[in-house]
Amino acid sequence: MLNIAVAGNPNCGKTCVFNNLTGARQHVGNYPGVTVELFEGFTVINGKRFHVTDLPGTYSLTAYSKDELVARNFLIDKKPDVIVNVVDASNLERNLYLTLQLIELKIPVVIALNMGDIAVKKGFVVNPSRLGAMLGVKVVETIARNNSGMEELKTACSEIISESLPPRTIHYSSEIEDCVSDLEKILSGKSFFPHVPDRWTALKMLEQDETVISCLKTSGSSEKLFPVLEKYIQKIHDLTGDDSETAIAEARCAAASGIFRDCVSISKIGKRLITEKIDSVVCNRYLGPLILVVIVYMLFTCVFKVADELQWIPLFNGEWVSPVGLFSTFFDFLSETASTYIKSDILKSMIKDGIIGGVGGVMGFVPLIFLMFVFISALEDSGYVARIAFILDRLLRAFGLQGKSVLSLIVSGGLGGGGCAVPGVMAARTLREEKDRLITILVTPMMNCGAKLPVYAMLIAAFFPDSRGQMMFLLWALSWAFSLMAALFLRKFIIAGEQTPFVMELPVYHMPAFKNLFIHAWSRTWLYIKKAGTIILGINLIFWSMMYFPHQDTVPDHAEEQLRHSFAGRTGSALEYVSKYIGFDWKINIALIGGFAAKELVIGTLGTVYSMGDDALENPEPLSAKLSASKDWSPLRAFALMVFVMLYAPCMPTVAAIRRETGAWKWAVFSVVYSTTFAFVIAFIIYNSARIFS
Amino acid sequence: MTLAESKEGQTVVVRKVRGSGPSKRRLMDMGISRGTELKVERFAPLMDPVQIRLKGYSLALRRSECAFIETEHAGK
Ligand SMILES: Nc1nc2c(ncn2[C@@H]2O[C@H](COP(=O)(O)OP(=O)(O)OP(=O)(O)O)[C@@H](O)[C@H]2O)c(=O)[nH]1
Ligand SMILES: [Mg+2]
Repeated sequence: MLNIAVAGNPNCGKTCVFNNLTGARQHVGNYPGVTVELFEGFTVINGKRFHVTDLPGTYSLTAYSKDELVARNFLIDKKPDVIVNVVDASNLERNLYLTLQLIELKIPVVIALNMGDIAVKKGFVVNPSRLGAMLGVKVVETIARNNSGMEELKTACSEIISESLPPRTIHYSSEIEDCVSDLEKILSGKSFFPHVPDRWTALKMLEQDETVISCLKTSGSSEKLFPVLEKYIQKIHDLTGDDSETAIAEARCAAASGIFRDCVSISKIGKRLITEKIDSVVCNRYLGPLILVVIVYMLFTCVFKVADELQWIPLFNGEWVSPVGLFSTFFDFLSETASTYIKSDILKSMIKDGIIGGVGGVMGFVPLIFLMFVFISALEDSGYVARIAFILDRLLRAFGLQGKSVLSLIVSGGLGGGGCAVPGVMAARTLREEKDRLITILVTPMMNCGAKLPVYAMLIAAFFPDSRGQMMFLLWALSWAFSLMAALFLRKFIIAGEQTPFVMELPVYHMPAFKNLFIHAWSRTWLYIKKAGTIILGINLIFWSMMYFPHQDTVPDHAEEQLRHSFAGRTGSALEYVSKYIGFDWKINIALIGGFAAKELVIGTLGTVYSMGDDALENPEPLSAKLSASKDWSPLRAFALMVFVMLYAPCMPTVAAIRRETGAWKWAVFSVVYSTTFAFVIAFIIYNSARIFS
Repeated sequence: MTLAESKEGQTVVVRKVRGSGPSKRRLMDMGISRGTELKVERFAPLMDPVQIRLKGYSLALRRSECAFIETEHAGK
């Protein structure tokens, strides 16, 4: 099967194109560095199947960060049959710098000249046929966001394969070309890099590309090659006054700008773009931070008002409920039905306590999760996320992080209460310095991910029902404050070292398209539902059985005693030796053990615990009502629990991701130990200082 | 003069990018090379990083990187 690679600068619309071609729903967002790994899919052109790969964005083929390295290695080692080079037409000159490097690979290239709508607003009119002729490639105009130009793009791909048309060679200045052709002669027939032309290798040698040089060194041919190379590097330096790497970069810049001037006519010079006007407010030195806080505050209050607080849905019996209330009414009804009709004790407990009590609690918050994702997708698609990185870079630097760490933190829930630490940990690939990456990876799980959200929502509904949005806002602020503290601690005592420079493109603002928002939010919510119905359900049943066995047939009003003597109950009680210092009893301990598998399980298991330990079978009520009625619970305990859940050990999938991304179990284990210790210390302080004051 | 010394709203032309290694290469990959015109749009809330405009797009850089970019006034 033939291979198509979708390559280009960050944020030019590659994943949009990929999704259109393959029907996939990979994450699209308006900031650079959304995609950090390879995505694969298939497309059919004229009845033939093609394998399509979406690459992380890269500014150059000399990779700078880990995500760019993924893209480069794919292009060099896998040698796709066609490169679809997605090019941002509104930013053509800089995009061409990469295009020039792609055509040096001599792989047939189809340029998808994307974002024409924005180019027009900026006053750029690009002549596609002229561009194609100059580079020896096919050019297709696309607007990937509206799925337009995709058929033409497919046709161009199949045409260029049948014609097997290699791109033209763009010649740079004579100083460089002389050296290149000499090096090419020495390289020819040696095939150090079988998939790439010798001219490419020669250029990369002159650029002193680390990977190419070290590859050549290990291949044992350095004796002949390197003295010659040294000579040419010196020669270029003498001729241009710059090191050879700079000379080549400048030559490409000059070529790109020549082509740009030739193919583009510019109108509307000097007219200020809407983006610039928005920036002058949003990035304003005084207003910027204020706007950021107001946006997040509004986000929480709106989401909680609509999903959980306002009772705007009528029920059959004339009562009004909130969307979350509707879901929990439904699960209460199920639970009631189950206890009436199922006669076997063990089956009844399994369904009522294990399945409905556990998973129902997680599912009940689906409306809240969905709404949260709608808002977060809107922010991600607007272009504001990159501005947050800009505004916070200096502050974060003081704590040993940097602006780009914001992207990881936001992906894992740093903007609202929705996200996941697994992609958050991976997003740290855009950080060049290993130490920056490590610290970001280690604090990322402390953000309020989508799985912690139902835990908070339940406890807030039980103990702080009148200030839901405000409490969530407080938890948001605390999650940032604590992760900064943790980062500072790590930077000072564990991972001292150099910081990555902050160089980041700030994209043009887009008006989020509502259809996309809902599709996007729904596909994320669907993942949440699927997880609740499969993994959470399965593990919750395991926990249920550990709470049910060993079972003695006691009279019903000893349910709590019975539970306490189950396997899980005994483990939870044993942990009380430690957890008593932060005010947690054995029931919470069971839930926290569950939460290590996945954070939703904190309310899953807590639901099962309170459902099993409950003697009143007739009148099932939501977990939050049970907790607020219980004499063991207080707002203080709820608050300490929320903070503990925020900070303690990352869930297992995140630990696995940390292992993968750092390449060492050491850091995976460390992340569990340090964050649990940290959570314990903070919960200890909260619990005890509040008790001293009262 | 370096870019780090420019004021908000100023437009300058790059004379040379100093330094070496990956950091310098990154600046050049982003389109900052001899002769490029840069406009300093604004400073972030804590006066760092700096938002600049070049080649029709917007870029954020720290002052420490700006110090590597030697500039002169536009139109000289
Ligand atoms: N106006 C407009 N927006 C577009 C077009 N194509 C894509 N976008 C938007 O551009 C942004 C970036 O799209 P992505 O597909 O995530 O870009 P990418 O190249 O995969 O980005 P990285 O994965 O970060 O390298 C998204 O907000 C898209 O909705 C287009 O033709 N016109
Ligand atoms: Mg992408």
